[in-house]
Amino acid sequence: MLINCPYCGPRDLSEFSYQGDGNRTRPDPASTNQAEWNAYVYDRTNIAGDHNEIWQHAGGCRAHLRVTRNTLTHKIISVGFARDERHKKPHGHRRSGAHS
Amino acid sequence: MSPRRSQTGGRVDRMRTIRFTFDGRPFTGHAGDTLASALLANGVTLFGRSFKYHRPRGVLTAGIDEPNALVTVLHGDVREPNIPATMLEIYDGLTVVSQNRFPTLAFDVGAANQLGGKLLGAGFYYKTFMGPVFGPLKGTRFWMFCEYFIRRAAGLGRAGIAKDPSRYERMNAFCDVLVVGSGPAGLMAAKAAADSGARVILAELEPKFGGAANWSGETIDGMAAAEWASTMVRDLKARDNVRLLPRTTVWGYYDDNAMAALERVTDHKSAPGKGEPRHRHWTIRAGSVVLATGAFERPLVFPGNDRPGVMLASAAERYANEFGILPGQKVALFVNNDAAYRAASTLRKAGAEIAAIVDVRGEISAAAQEIADEGGGELLRGHAVVATEGGKHISGIKVQKFDLANGALSGEARHLDADCLLVSGGWSPVIHLASQAGLKPEWNEALQAFLPPKPTQNWVGAGAFNGRFTTAEALTEGLAAGLSAAGSTGGTDSVPEVEAPALDPHPAPVFEIRAKGKAFVDFQHDVTADDVRLAYKEGFVSVEHLKRYTTLGMATDQGKTSNVPGIAIMADALGKPIPDVGTTRFRPPFAPVSLGALAAERYGEVKPERLTPMHDWHVENGAIMYTAGLWYRPMIYGLAGETVEQAYVREAKTTREAAGIVDVSTLGKIAVQGPDAADFLDRVYTNMFSTLAVGKARYGLMLREDGIALDDGTTWRLGNDDFLMTTTTANAGKVMQHLEYLLDVVWPELKVRLTSVTDQWAGAAIGGPRAREILASCVTGTAVDNDTLPFMGIVHGEIAGAPVMICRLSFSGEMAFEVYSGAGHGVHVWEALIEAGKPFGMVPYGLEALGTMRIEKGHVTGAEIDGRTTARDLGLDWMLSKKKPFVGSMMMDREGLADEDRVRLVGVIALDNRPLNGGAHIVEEANESEPRNSIGHITAVCYSPMLGKYIGLALVKGGKKRHGTRAFVSDPLRKRFGPVEIVSNHFFDPEGKRMHG
Repeated sequence: MLINCPYCGPRDLSEFSYQGDGNRTRPDPASTNQAEWNAYVYDRTNIAGDHNEIWQHAGGCRAHLRVTRNTLTHKIISVGFARDERHKKPHGHRRSGAHS
Repeated sequence: MSPRRSQTGGRVDRMRTIRFTFDGRPFTGHAGDTLASALLANGVTLFGRSFKYHRPRGVLTAGIDEPNALVTVLHGDVREPNIPATMLEIYDGLTVVSQNRFPTLAFDVGAANQLGGKLLGAGFYYKTFMGPVFGPLKGTRFWMFCEYFIRRAAGLGRAGIAKDPSRYERMNAFCDVLVVGSGPAGLMAAKAAADSGARVILAELEPKFGGAANWSGETIDGMAAAEWASTMVRDLKARDNVRLLPRTTVWGYYDDNAMAALERVTDHKSAPGKGEPRHRHWTIRAGSVVLATGAFERPLVFPGNDRPGVMLASAAERYANEFGILPGQKVALFVNNDAAYRAASTLRKAGAEIAAIVDVRGEISAAAQEIADEGGGELLRGHAVVATEGGKHISGIKVQKFDLANGALSGEARHLDADCLLVSGGWSPVIHLASQAGLKPEWNEALQAFLPPKPTQNWVGAGAFNGRFTTAEALTEGLAAGLSAAGSTGGTDSVPEVEAPALDPHPAPVFEIRAKGKAFVDFQHDVTADDVRLAYKEGFVSVEHLKRYTTLGMATDQGKTSNVPGIAIMADALGKPIPDVGTTRFRPPFAPVSLGALAAERYGEVKPERLTPMHDWHVENGAIMYTAGLWYRPMIYGLAGETVEQAYVREAKTTREAAGIVDVSTLGKIAVQGPDAADFLDRVYTNMFSTLAVGKARYGLMLREDGIALDDGTTWRLGNDDFLMTTTTANAGKVMQHLEYLLDVVWPELKVRLTSVTDQWAGAAIGGPRAREILASCVTGTAVDNDTLPFMGIVHGEIAGAPVMICRLSFSGEMAFEVYSGAGHGVHVWEALIEAGKPFGMVPYGLEALGTMRIEKGHVTGAEIDGRTTARDLGLDWMLSKKKPFVGSMMMDREGLADEDRVRLVGVIALDNRPLNGGAHIVEEANESEPRNSIGHITAVCYSPMLGKYIGLALVKGGKKRHGTRAFVSDPLRKRFGPVEIVSNHFFDPEGKRMHG
């Protein structure tokens, strides 16, 4: 399997480490909603199909990537920086990120 | 009558004689021979004994699909079993033995198994040896009695135990187009792709490129097909953008067009050339792949179809045209299609007499009729072979009238003399790789074959692989596939003309002749047509179940000749069409792969070693080194005659009485820098760091998101936005990844940079009542007194001219300092400290003494932070800030984690004054023989010089509530049972007077 790292180009799977389901959102740090925290820590969707995943290019630039991968075919539909995705949310300003 | 070499013909070099032995007997062959062809040339037809029934077996094929003629190659003491004789090129000194026979191949006592054939049918082992014992000869216990004899009698070659001295290597390659298979289709594809400028790799599993062109006897472009192939190969070889890989089996098709291939570099040589590996494993990343893997001819299933002398029609053509061998003098054919008639023509031209052509069909094409009419032998249309005669070699066949419509046999069985029977049951495209990179194979009624599936990866097929069985079609498809794979719209190449008889490739839908006797489907695993039907009767209706119950297709050949006939017989039993029964998915490898090639140079000790800058000093000064993850650390610096315990006790005691020094360079070190660094640390540590003054350090604890303790260590504030975090040696990587994830994914708005600086700093911890004096004697540029360097304070100075950073912190519980220098100055500073310590009686100490002193102090490490314990379990509640949220803060107080009855950190003292063991259980009852109800376990142990006792840390239910109570340590495996007292984990100097000075 190849992951097309936006920094490093297409690289072999062995350079990456899986960092979990990309669908979960960490609750606000101050949140005291236990159910929300439980969901963040434990609930996973286990999708058969296109799945939103976080991969770290651990053996390369160490950036975290948001990868959409089909769990049935291993086909990778899209790859982007996890931090860019985060910035699409209203949260915070766009700053010179890891790829500038 | 037996096979023999003809005077002329074939492409073996009759001028070069090669000597080899088979079962100890010397033989000769010629350069270009395989073991199979060389033995056939010598009149040998008995190659091995079958898996279950020990039936005599000969050679069925001429290639990688060979199920019968498996042999063991001996290289000194090294045995390599199950090599198809058809794929083994002979060389001088080759030593081969046959398999699965006792005492000899010709006289085999195991052949008596044939008499019990009915007993040994499908499921014999399940029925006989599994389940409870009913009666005398049943059940699992019976198996335990019989296993030795059965394992001896059944099976294929025996693996050796001698170490393989061969060298293997692996290669990575990249190309635009990988062409698999070098028959006419593959050669055309490779040339077309190369002409388009693509970088091409052409892989061929045989030694010689050309595939069927080498033996078809056809004419291409006005030349003999074999000559045309040679011309093409010469052309390709001369190009810079083409790499030719002979003897290379592409065995796996992985994601993103990553192809696995095995090149047998020197298996055909007496000795490898200089620098040559035995096998080379290739990982080829191909832009696109042309699958031109051809097709396997299928045998027909009829009684006695496994007798030596029965051979595939195409194999006989190969032996005749490539090796100049006549597989028999009086040859009969048994076919269900036209293509096999060419073999009759070939063998007749080579000098054999054609005894008869038995064809299940009533009608045949004009071209086939013409060949039959050319001479010799009867043409028996609408007939079938119902038996073969002879002992270890065929001497004749029996034929009967056959009704194509219902498979019924009729009339008297007729005998015909023959010393060789060529069979052809149609062709199966070699779709193994396509099946690994595609959807489901598709059944083609006209060809009676599974055709390649729709691709799910970037490949294109050509030729017989696609069910296009004529050479003209192969050339046309090869050209188109090569262009398409290279992304070219058109080239200048034209398709060469082919002269070949117009034989109809469509077989009659006949797979099996049902007559009395054992008719084999899977030769290698001895699975008969009756076994398949038995499986059906017993309810195994899916092809996957059939496979597992009968083991059909599960031998080393993976059913290359047997899968389709097996499925067809199952379909017949079920009364369903073949596509409804389905086919199994072909998994890698296509053919067996040597483990050596997969490992290549990666054997023995493959872990990297991490050495601290002071490593050599430790070794030179008597340290016994100990591995801690990838790191090497001193365990003790033993003196002559000292035991390990005596050494660490001395080191710890001297440290507490005077001073000691230990290498702490292995601690994980992460530079946390940026305007939001303090905020970030507040979020990841349970305690507060934003309040930490510059020039001070603080002990910190991290939790995981689920509230369980992750790691601990000190973090030093070197500047307002500049922190140096230390982690435990073992968790450095894990902590780094945890922090990187949080910064990159969760809080990208924080302006923080993380840099691993573990290898940049050398660290020495110096502790003990004289430690400050020692530092004062060697540090320049700063004072080290209590005002300048208070507890947890940091100063910068120099030692022996090298800049150092000193933090006053203590793991040993003594007045202690960590001295950090640049890694390049590590030894220099260390030696200066050692020198400075001499007048004060300072000793270097290792991990054992370090552990002893931390146990005496009750500090936790990885043994206690074991991924199950919480901060409260470890007695670190005081570090949990209530003023701010932190990672794990909401999860750590869940009911189960806050339970009072969880295991909590305590100390234990052995009351019998004997050593304790880490991992031993703590029980309440004094019951040594039946210990039960563990209340916890010991995590770390030592002999405490300060207490004069064997002590340990433990995680025990209830924790503090049990202080002052007795329990027992239970360690049945190591035969240790004895009373302990549960106490506070702070054994020594609980107020910390010593370190505060």
